[in-house]
Amino acid sequence: MKKLESTLPNMVIVLTLIAVVAGLALGYVNSVTAGPIQEIKAQQLADGIKAVLAADELNVEEPETLDDGSVIYRTDKGVAVQATDPNGFGGKLTVLVGFNSEGLIQGYQVLETAETPGLGAKAGEWFQKGQKGDIIGKQAGNLTVKKDGGEVDAITASTITSRAFLRCVNAAYAALASQEDAQTGATQRPHSLTSPEGEE
Amino acid sequence: MKNLKVFLNGLIKENPTFVLLLGMCPTLGTTSSAFNGMSMGLATMAVLVFSNLIIALIKNLIPDMVRIPCYIVVIASLVTILQMLIKAYAPAVDASLGLFIPLIVVNCIILGRAEAFAAKNGVVPSIFDGLGIGLGFTWALTLLGACRELLGTGKVFGLTCFPEQYGALLFVLAPGAFIVLGYLIAVFNKLKKA
Amino acid sequence: MAFLLIFITAIFVNNIVLSQFLGICPFLGVSKKVETAMGMAAAVAFVLVIATLVTYLIQVYVLNAFGLEYLQTIAFILVIAALVQMVEIVLKKVSPALYQALGVFLPLITTNCCILGVAILVGNGTYDSAGMEPGLVSGVWFALCTALGFGLALIVFAGIREQLARMDVPKGMQGMAIALVVAGLLSMAFMGFSGVNNGLAKIF
Repeated sequence: MKKLESTLPNMVIVLTLIAVVAGLALGYVNSVTAGPIQEIKAQQLADGIKAVLAADELNVEEPETLDDGSVIYRTDKGVAVQATDPNGFGGKLTVLVGFNSEGLIQGYQVLETAETPGLGAKAGEWFQKGQKGDIIGKQAGNLTVKKDGGEVDAITASTITSRAFLRCVNAAYAALASQEDAQTGATQRPHSLTSPEGEE
Repeated sequence: MKNLKVFLNGLIKENPTFVLLLGMCPTLGTTSSAFNGMSMGLATMAVLVFSNLIIALIKNLIPDMVRIPCYIVVIASLVTILQMLIKAYAPAVDASLGLFIPLIVVNCIILGRAEAFAAKNGVVPSIFDGLGIGLGFTWALTLLGACRELLGTGKVFGLTCFPEQYGALLFVLAPGAFIVLGYLIAVFNKLKKA
Repeated sequence: MAFLLIFITAIFVNNIVLSQFLGICPFLGVSKKVETAMGMAAAVAFVLVIATLVTYLIQVYVLNAFGLEYLQTIAFILVIAALVQMVEIVLKKVSPALYQALGVFLPLITTNCCILGVAILVGNGTYDSAGMEPGLVSGVWFALCTALGFGLALIVFAGIREQLARMDVPKGMQGMAIALVVAGLLSMAFMGFSGVNNGLAKIF
C-alpha cells in the first residue's frame, strides 16, 4: 500500500480518526476498570479500619469529614481517624489511627506517604506493638520523640519522618476529641435544660 | 534469524540505559528497589511493544507531516490504558511508581523507537525491536534497583543478604541513584571494550 | 507566607531534578556549557509556567467539568506539544532576539518530563502547596519556583562540568559516568536543605 500524501484533508481526517479511536478505546477501558478501582479503594479502607482496631468484623457508620481534612470512621468496636501532616520528609503523610473506647491508641496504618522508600516505609512497622517505637496502648494528644523531650523512640536516622508521624497521630486524637466535645456538648445541653422539667 | 538479531541488539549493543542514555527520569526515579525497577521496566516494555506494533501497522495511513502528533496520541492512549489497568489490578505497583506511570508518555525511548524503527519496518520486526529494547531497559532498571537496594538496605527483592544496619541508606535516597548509575555505566563501558 | 514556603521548598528542599528526578534528560544533555544551560533554563521556565496555566484551566473547566479525568495524560501532552509549537512561532514573530536565544531548546521541551510532571501534579492538586489551598495562583507560583529550581540545578551543574572538562579523569569514568557521580554529589549537597521547610513553617 502506498503512503498517504501530506495534503490538508488527509492530515485532518487521519488525526481526527486516530483521536476518535483512541478516545473510544480509553472510554471503554475506563468503564471496565472504574468498578475494580473503586472496589480496591473501598477494600483498602475497610481492611485498614479492621487492622487498626484489631477486629475481624465491624460495622462502620457514615464517615465524618472535618474542616482540616481529617476523617472520622465510627464503628461498634472503636473509632478510626484518618489524619494528614503536610510536612513529612518528602511531602504529605497520611495515617489512619484506631482508638478504643477509652481513647487509647489501638493500632495505626500509614495510608499515604511521599517518604523515601526504605525510610518512610519503616514507619509502618516501627511504632507497632513490641517494636522499638511502640505507641500502642498509649494516650495520644502530645506524643513526641525523645529528642524533643517525649517518650517515643524515633526511627533511626529519620527524625523528621518520626515527628511528622507523631503529629499525625496527635492530630487524629485532637480531631476525635474536638468531635466528642461538640457531640457531648450538643447532646448534653438540651438534656440539662430539659432534665429539671422532667424531674418536676 | 534477522528478528533474533533485532531482539538481541536492544539487549546489549543498543541498550537504552547504559549505551543510548535515554529515559533517564524513570531510570533514576523508580529504582529505589529491584522490584520497583522491574515494574517500571515491564510497564515501559508493554507500552513499547504495543506502540511499535500499532505504528508499524498504520504507518502507511499517516501523512508524514502529522506523524509525530499521531504517534503521541497512540502512545498516550496506551499509557493511559496501562495506568488504568495497573490502578485496577496491581494497586501496590501504582502506589510505588505513582507519577512515573503517566510520565512513560514522555520517555524518549518510546517515541524514539517509533520514529527510528517502527515507522520504517514491518510488524514482526517491530514487535521484536520493542521486546529487545524493552527487555534491555527492564534488566538495566532491575540491576540498578538491585544494587541500590543491596547497598542501601542489605536486601535484594526483599531477601536479606546482610543485616540492615550495615547498609548505607544514602544509596536508596536521591544521590545514590546518580552515583550507582554513574559507576554502572563505567563498568558497562569497560565490558563493552573488552 | 505560604508563597515563600513554596518558593524555598520547590527550589531547595524538593528540587525537581536532584530529588524528584524529573527533567533529567536536559539536565544531563544540555549542561556542558553554562551559556547553553542558561538558555535551556529560561526556555523551560517560560514553557512550564504557560503550560501549567493552560493545563490547569483545561483540567478544571474541561476534564473535571465533563467527567473526563481519564483523558488527562493524552490531553495534557497534546496541549504541551501544541503550546511549544505556538510559543516557537509567536517568539519568532514578536522577539527574534529571544527566539535566537531560546529557539534551539524549544523543540526539546515537549519530551521534557518535568513539564508534564508538574502539569499533572498541579492538575491533580497533589503538589506541595505548603498548607495553601491548591488552586490556580499557588499552582502557577509552584510551577515558576520549580522552574527556578530546575534552572539553578542545571546552571550549577554546567558550571561544575565546565571545570570538570579540564580535569584528568580516569579513562573508564570519562563522559557520562563522572557526570552522573557529580550529579549525585550535588544532590547530596541539596539534601542538606531537607527539613528547612519545616523549620520555616514553625517560624511563620
